[in-house]
Amino acid sequence: MKKHYAKREITELCGAKRVGYFGLTQFYVALKLIAAAQSGLPVQVESIKCELPLPQFMALKNDEIRYSNPTELHGMKCQIPYVTMEKNSFKRVDDGEKQQEKMSPIMSPVSSPPSSPSSYQRVPLTYGYGKLRSGMDQMHAAPYETRQHTLQQEGSTSGSHGPKPTRRQTSLIQSLSVEREPQESNSNYPDDPWRITEEQREYYINQFKSLQPDLSSFISGSLAKNFFTKSKLTIPELSYIWELSDVDCDGALTLPEFCAAFHLIVARKNGYPLPESLPQTLQPDYLQTAFLKPKWDCALFDSYSESMPVNQQPRDLNRIEKSSIKEKTDLTAPAQDVNIDDKQALKISSVDEAMPKDLSVDTATSKDLNTLKARPRSRSYSNTSLEEAMKRVEEPPTPPPRPQKSHSRTSSLDLNKVFQPNAPAAKPGLLPPPPALPPRPLMSQVLHHNTSNDSISQTKLPGQLPGYGDFRLLEQTEQVSEIELHPQLTRTPSQTEESGSPVKKDLPHTQPPSKPIRRKFRPENQVMENQEPSSVSGTSSVPTVPTVKPHASIQKQSSKQKKAIQTAIRKNKEANAVLARLNSELQQQLKEVHQERIALENQLEQLRPVTVL
Amino acid sequence: MAVCIAVIAKENYPLYIRSIPAEQELKFHYTVHTSLDVVDEKVSAMGKALVDQRELYLGLLYPTEDYKVSLLSRLGIPCVKSMFPNQLHRYGYVTNSKVKFVMVVDSSNTALRDNEIRSMFRKLHNSYTDVMCNPFYNPGDRIHSRAFDNMVTSMMVQVC
Repeated sequence: MKKHYAKREITELCGAKRVGYFGLTQFYVALKLIAAAQSGLPVQVESIKCELPLPQFMALKNDEIRYSNPTELHGMKCQIPYVTMEKNSFKRVDDGEKQQEKMSPIMSPVSSPPSSPSSYQRVPLTYGYGKLRSGMDQMHAAPYETRQHTLQQEGSTSGSHGPKPTRRQTSLIQSLSVEREPQESNSNYPDDPWRITEEQREYYINQFKSLQPDLSSFISGSLAKNFFTKSKLTIPELSYIWELSDVDCDGALTLPEFCAAFHLIVARKNGYPLPESLPQTLQPDYLQTAFLKPKWDCALFDSYSESMPVNQQPRDLNRIEKSSIKEKTDLTAPAQDVNIDDKQALKISSVDEAMPKDLSVDTATSKDLNTLKARPRSRSYSNTSLEEAMKRVEEPPTPPPRPQKSHSRTSSLDLNKVFQPNAPAAKPGLLPPPPALPPRPLMSQVLHHNTSNDSISQTKLPGQLPGYGDFRLLEQTEQVSEIELHPQLTRTPSQTEESGSPVKKDLPHTQPPSKPIRRKFRPENQVMENQEPSSVSGTSSVPTVPTVKPHASIQKQSSKQKKAIQTAIRKNKEANAVLARLNSELQQQLKEVHQERIALENQLEQLRPVTVL
Repeated sequence: MAVCIAVIAKENYPLYIRSIPAEQELKFHYTVHTSLDVVDEKVSAMGKALVDQRELYLGLLYPTEDYKVSLLSRLGIPCVKSMFPNQLHRYGYVTNSKVKFVMVVDSSNTALRDNEIRSMFRKLHNSYTDVMCNPFYNPGDRIHSRAFDNMVTSMMVQVC
């Protein structure tokens, strides 16, 4: 009940009633007042100027409060998209020092409501959040300056800790907005999405090496064009990226220029809009120094990472804020603030699974936090989207090898094998085993085999039967006894094996074309099995079954190899058969054409004396 | 003040046209187009001396009602230019690759000196070279380069 009263006061104070809706400013004020109320301070405008922890919206998750709050917050959220579209509210905010002062403390809790309420109001808030982000982008530049103003102002007024959390929070918000939609504002600090991590740098360097082995030399324009075109961005965008990255406008890219361009491409592929001008972190001179000093970040960030592990509880933004406060006390440069904020932003984003949008900021794990500051942020950022993008970009440079054109177990013609000179070489080696049986009974056995095939596996028959049919046709035609022989040879042992060993019928179920091959090895296997148990039988203690099994496994391996060779042989034979048929047809056509020619010549001769006369 | 800047390709089609008072853009297109004839005339008159670094200042191309066009080429033949009040001057510039820059300047402002015009053309030429350096730019395409746009804007605003 108390809270409801407080809420009413808050709404009054923040001017929502005055304006008629929860505008952005009103929202900020309201949140700050809520924070004040929760911390026990009286709900007054003055109270929000003090240092305040973020309002805990954890309570909103309680069932009892949920029904009361969601409506309000949902209403507010619905207003936010409306408000964010209005830039006037932002300009209004910027006016006046008082509002400026208000802005920084007000902006502080912004991070919490968009994230924590969204945790329980997934769908409707995500949209609002996205809008909020876009809206915040608009005010991104302005609040930065205001923030700096407030920094100076507040530094003299309240305690030293006062401005810092607010500053942190504002920078957090800014970083959040930067994280979500990093537009190139006029901010002086480098945008974090434009900072290249070590991983990325190494990857870029490797790619550079692939194009140009000498790292100190240039990549020519045409080469770079071909390379970047593979990223499948549009040409105007690539042209713009080139413009941004080729600072000296010489038509060639040095290593830092190349890295900048690559980074821009990767960012663009991940949905970041391209900046108006090259970010400072992507400037060649910056990258040059960065290459030289890759570790200067580490030392600074380690100090932060020590405090970072505190924020292991994802759902508690309050603690994150507190840790950020702790970190902020250590920080000096604003750039670092932003980095940390981004890191936290990542955490926050990871925290709130409902956080929709983006660019695949992945769930920043504790490990990420423990590592370097810029790295975990961008590593998590890179782990997901960038790596995917990198892989995507990687794919064009090294397209996956085309799968070998090898037909597995079909009777279709494999022309690759046909024209391979090695194929015939494989044949003779395997021919000897088959011609053990006379060809004569093959016909009947082929038919028998076909019927058995029909009974066993019907799925593979359509592929199988034509093969058999072809061979039968070939037998019926005049010519190539070899072709007759080969398929028959392959099938004779299969027939005998089939008749000999009806045991292994499970194998044929897999694929009938392979059946003959497997069956062919059956006697061999059986022979081997017979031999080996005989050899082993000397040792009575050893049971035959285990001995048979290893032998069977070995036999299976060898049989598989032979099976592969047999399939190759079979395919070649089929190809031979088809080609032979084609040859015969063509020869017939040739004969016919010859005859026609002769007839025409005769006619010509007959006509010639007539014309001469 | 440069009210219109145009880049014309060798085949006399525009690669880039930009004018400040947008409503008069069509008019500028027309004037630029007509000035091309004069450019061609001058260039053909020059003959073989094409690799000359000197600029040709051709003066008023022809007295139109509102605009004055004067052509500046790289061949260094001096001419007289007559000044009319409240008139627009057209300046031209031809590169070695027969790409022409035409600039329409409002002379109602301070009378721009020759050197200023030449420096403007030099800047244009440099920016154009930068655009050409971009491997993604195919010669003959419309120029969409933002850097080029920015430079042109600055020139138009500055001269204004």
